Amino acid sequence: MTQVLSLLQAAMVFGTVILFGAMGEILTEKSGNLNLGVPGIMYLGGIAGLAGAFWYESAAASPVAIVGLLIALLCALAAAAFGGLIYSFLTITLRANQNVTGLTLTIFGSGVANLFGGAMNKMAGGVGQISVATTSGAYRATLPFLNDVGVFSGLGFMVYLAIILALLATYFLSKTRKGLNLRAVGENPATADAAGISVTRYKYLSTCIGAAISGLGGLYYVMDYIKGTWSTDGGIEKLGWLAVALVIFARWKPTQAIWGSYLFGALFWLFLYIPNLTRSSQELFKMLPYVVTIIVLVVVSLRKKRENQPPASLGLPYFREER
Amino acid sequence: MKHKAKEPFVRITKRDELAAWRAWLIRLTSLVLALAVCAVVIYVIVKLNPLKVYGAMWEGAFGSSKRSWVTLRDTMMMLCIGVGLAPAFKMRFWNIGAEGQILVGGIATAAVMIYCGSLMPTWALLLTSFVASCAAGALWGVVPAYFKARFKTNETLFTLMMNYVAIQLTSYCVALWENPYGSNTVGVINQQTKAGWFPSIFEQQYVLNVVLVMVLAITMYIYLRYSKHGYEIAVVGESERTARYVGISVRRVIIRTMTISGAVCGLAGFLAVSGASHTISTSTAGGRGFTAIIVAWLAKFNTFVMILIAALLVFLEKGAMQIASQYNLNDYASQMITGIILFFILGSEFFINYRLVFRGKKEAK
Amino acid sequence: MESDEAAVHMRDITKTFGSTVANDHVCLDINRGEILSLLGENGSGKTTLMNMLSGIYYPDAGQIIVDGREVSIRSPKDAYDLRIGMIHQHFKLVDVLTAAENIILGMPAEGRLDMKVINEKISEISSLYGFDVDPKQKVYDMSVSQKQTVEIVKVLYRGADILILDEPTAVLTPQETDKLFTVLRNMKNDGKAVVIITHKLHEVEEISDRVVVLRRGRFIGDVATKDTNAAEMTNMMVGRSVSLNIERPEPKDPQPRLAVTDLTVRDIDGVAKLSNVSFTANSGEILGVAGISGCGQKELLESIAGLQPVESGSISYFDPNSGRQIELLGRTPRDICNMGVALSFVPEDRLGMGLVGNMDLSDNMMLRSFRCGKSVFTDRKKPHTLAEHVVEELEVNTPGVTTPVRKLSGGNVQKVLVGREISSAPTVLMTAYAVRGLDINSSYTIYDLINRQKEAGVAVIFVGEDLDVLLELCDRILVLCGGQVSGIVPGRGADKRQVGMMMTRLGGEAAK
Repeated sequence: MTQVLSLLQAAMVFGTVILFGAMGEILTEKSGNLNLGVPGIMYLGGIAGLAGAFWYESAAASPVAIVGLLIALLCALAAAAFGGLIYSFLTITLRANQNVTGLTLTIFGSGVANLFGGAMNKMAGGVGQISVATTSGAYRATLPFLNDVGVFSGLGFMVYLAIILALLATYFLSKTRKGLNLRAVGENPATADAAGISVTRYKYLSTCIGAAISGLGGLYYVMDYIKGTWSTDGGIEKLGWLAVALVIFARWKPTQAIWGSYLFGALFWLFLYIPNLTRSSQELFKMLPYVVTIIVLVVVSLRKKRENQPPASLGLPYFREER
Repeated sequence: MKHKAKEPFVRITKRDELAAWRAWLIRLTSLVLALAVCAVVIYVIVKLNPLKVYGAMWEGAFGSSKRSWVTLRDTMMMLCIGVGLAPAFKMRFWNIGAEGQILVGGIATAAVMIYCGSLMPTWALLLTSFVASCAAGALWGVVPAYFKARFKTNETLFTLMMNYVAIQLTSYCVALWENPYGSNTVGVINQQTKAGWFPSIFEQQYVLNVVLVMVLAITMYIYLRYSKHGYEIAVVGESERTARYVGISVRRVIIRTMTISGAVCGLAGFLAVSGASHTISTSTAGGRGFTAIIVAWLAKFNTFVMILIAALLVFLEKGAMQIASQYNLNDYASQMITGIILFFILGSEFFINYRLVFRGKKEAK
Repeated sequence: MESDEAAVHMRDITKTFGSTVANDHVCLDINRGEILSLLGENGSGKTTLMNMLSGIYYPDAGQIIVDGREVSIRSPKDAYDLRIGMIHQHFKLVDVLTAAENIILGMPAEGRLDMKVINEKISEISSLYGFDVDPKQKVYDMSVSQKQTVEIVKVLYRGADILILDEPTAVLTPQETDKLFTVLRNMKNDGKAVVIITHKLHEVEEISDRVVVLRRGRFIGDVATKDTNAAEMTNMMVGRSVSLNIERPEPKDPQPRLAVTDLTVRDIDGVAKLSNVSFTANSGEILGVAGISGCGQKELLESIAGLQPVESGSISYFDPNSGRQIELLGRTPRDICNMGVALSFVPEDRLGMGLVGNMDLSDNMMLRSFRCGKSVFTDRKKPHTLAEHVVEELEVNTPGVTTPVRKLSGGNVQKVLVGREISSAPTVLMTAYAVRGLDINSSYTIYDLINRQKEAGVAVIFVGEDLDVLLELCDRILVLCGGQVSGIVPGRGADKRQVGMMMTRLGGEAAK
């Protein structure tokens, strides 16, 4: 039984990273922007949070966990939102191609993050030597009253934050006026425009806020998943792409992304729990989340139910002054 | 409710046409601006004279004959991928899967080299690898194409996912073929015999790379511009409904074109393994499948412009590696610089296509 | 009832797109309690002008004065704030949302969506003016006229009292048009200002109080409707007297060319778009197809052309050269061409289907012929020559043969399209809405081309929306209603009202 529990726990931790990433991207894609820069943004969030915590801990005599936590949080949100801002400015105002801009952002984000991360590693004396123990400890502090409840015993607060955010996102999209406007912008920007909605503003806001949320995924990865250090093994990038996959798997519904993220997590770690696998076969197992996503993609396009389709104007630019 | 009686500060109108030289001037200006921004960033980080740093970059890329050849070889590699992407993009099929197609092409090549290395002479090995890598890449390209053609499945997302399946497949193969045991790397294949390696011509190692890719590039240019297939691709890319209306089988064109696109990207994998690193690992593609997308798109699928842009990016990469070793920066700086430059170039396209009209200047024609 | 101050003054409005001047120093007044017709051919700038009132475009020069104050309308929101609402020709609705969601879209967005309150208000407005709207219905489930109703309610919900309607009757039956006009009259009596953009003279005479005419972006005249007549209005629209008669030569020796029997077509949801449709198209004759938008005309033509999957029935082609009978059902356009059937089709969607907008005239000419020849390479010389020929013959206004087709105006685009389709010497020519959106001169050029084809023995199938044109141009008229054949009447001497009835009720007036 404990095997299953431990798999579940690993799944939830893994899942939380991509849940943040996916949630942010769902928000962005609902406005019609396809941001392939999610991995880059998660990188930015991760490194900014780490850097913020690192400098605080180096500068303060006796660092306070909560302050470190907040500083890291703010840095991550700001850096990620900035990434979203670059994307928005290029694709909305300067009308650049979304795929190309997103990929450039990923290149840029991973470059910046690994550059600084590598430099910080060097300063601290080697890979994995940075320690922001106090702050990281804060992130990993568990909710006291859940300490003994099976699977929840080892989970930091951000796991719960992710779930709450996802539920809030669903409420926002389906039950508020602004959410309705956003949905219209993503489905048919010309119509939204004619209705007096500022398409530009909604796209900017949802992309930047979405990016900020995605950035939290990078922050969680750094603080909890790898416990407060930096490694240049491209871990965040892989998770970033998985988050993009999750958006599709969840059919652009944040609530669906919750269980989807845990499922992906479970699939990812499954190989550890199956005995007698050769090392090479293990690699095949790691394919599962992507294969599953492909299957969902195909099934959704086969069944054609209107409400499961991607937002109609996804990836397409919108300009009003065209004739 | 206030009604502002003032005109908006600045408005955007689409340009009719822009003289080619003007467009290039704008792009060059943005490149210079980007380099200036990078210079500032570099100065802030390293506190060194940026010109010295750029000088070091030039050294790194072209400092010696060997280095120049390596730069050329890598430019050809990037060009090869771009050439592979051109037909797909012309058809508005967003093949984001080049990374995966390169990898499977590389796997196929490595497999041939490993299993047949002692069975056939090099020329036969090369031929087999060529065919095998094309087939592997084509397969990787055709699967998403089939689903798009038949079920309208979103190809951006499908091809993206195929990349990661390919990466895992590569990991699997690396574990399978690892040498020495337990190292999780394949090592240089056939190091003693050089079986399946590109032969040196005129005593230069990479001549074959250049020749192969240039032939490909010219062929693709002619194919897209002058052949009936190329016309069909253009029509399908511009307007699927029109294509159907004149009896073009959109399904067939999508599948055929993606077969070609995947095959050429698979060939890039062949190039990487047989013609360059002589090994296979998950970094064989090294993100070039993604970068090439940007190259192909910026060049507007014009094969010859692609050479210029590919050269620029490779130059940056090589130069940055030089800076890294010389100035103790790590070589991720090249990614950051590449990102900044690309942002600027992407932004400059706006000024080429649109014109700003400021308040006060009333246009009358 | 007229008020003293005009609701809207537009002064010296100028708007340019690239090198085309859409509006040139246009002046216009709109009064409350009045229905104004904005009349003009296509390309005259009427829609552009009104789009500036509704905030879609912004004037390059000139002023807009609303209720005595100069304003700057930079977005549709500004227009709504000024209580100006426009109902466009192409509906701006989000398919995946309900009617109610579409109606409140974009209104001041605070807090929760209270659908109950919204639905009640919608019902209120509907009963006030006599509309029939189900707030919970999804737009992708609605008919064209239902969608138009949603658009109108949308504008009223926001408290608009200056309403602009762009070609509202293009998609309505005569009966639905009457209903709409009643509603408009109610609004006028309620003190609202109504502007109708149109190019249909009979509508102008029927509904409006005043007429403003635009021609090629310039203001031509402003008259009270009762003070003018059709001939004078046409004069103002085109600048010279044009005879309103369309030629109709007698068919010479008509032989069956295309026989459609029991054709049934279903769409992807299983709904029957055509049921047991049977008719014959004869050589040297123009067969018109009349019907409300969406009654199956599109599916009919596309089935014959091989672009629409068919459930059952038969489409037989009688080859004039060999005398063979060829079954076209289920064949792709490629097959049809390979079998030697010279079928030409001018679709409704010109730039979206018939032509490739970004390609030049030469490459567009090649669309039909690019497969010719055994070589792997395309032959660009012949299409180039053909393009030059069409430009000269049909007087296409274009800077050259290498201009992208999307830069041409509507009439010229159509000339290029029809020119290409005719150049392949068809034996059957099908056209869908061949003159929709075209100015009078271009329309007559097209009628002329069609008549010449008819005289050369081609079987012409002409789908049109303007009953007057159908009644004057066609030898026989097939009337479709809800995907079924409501009747086939001779063109000469047909009664317009009777045909209108057949369009709305199967069998027309005579049916029980």
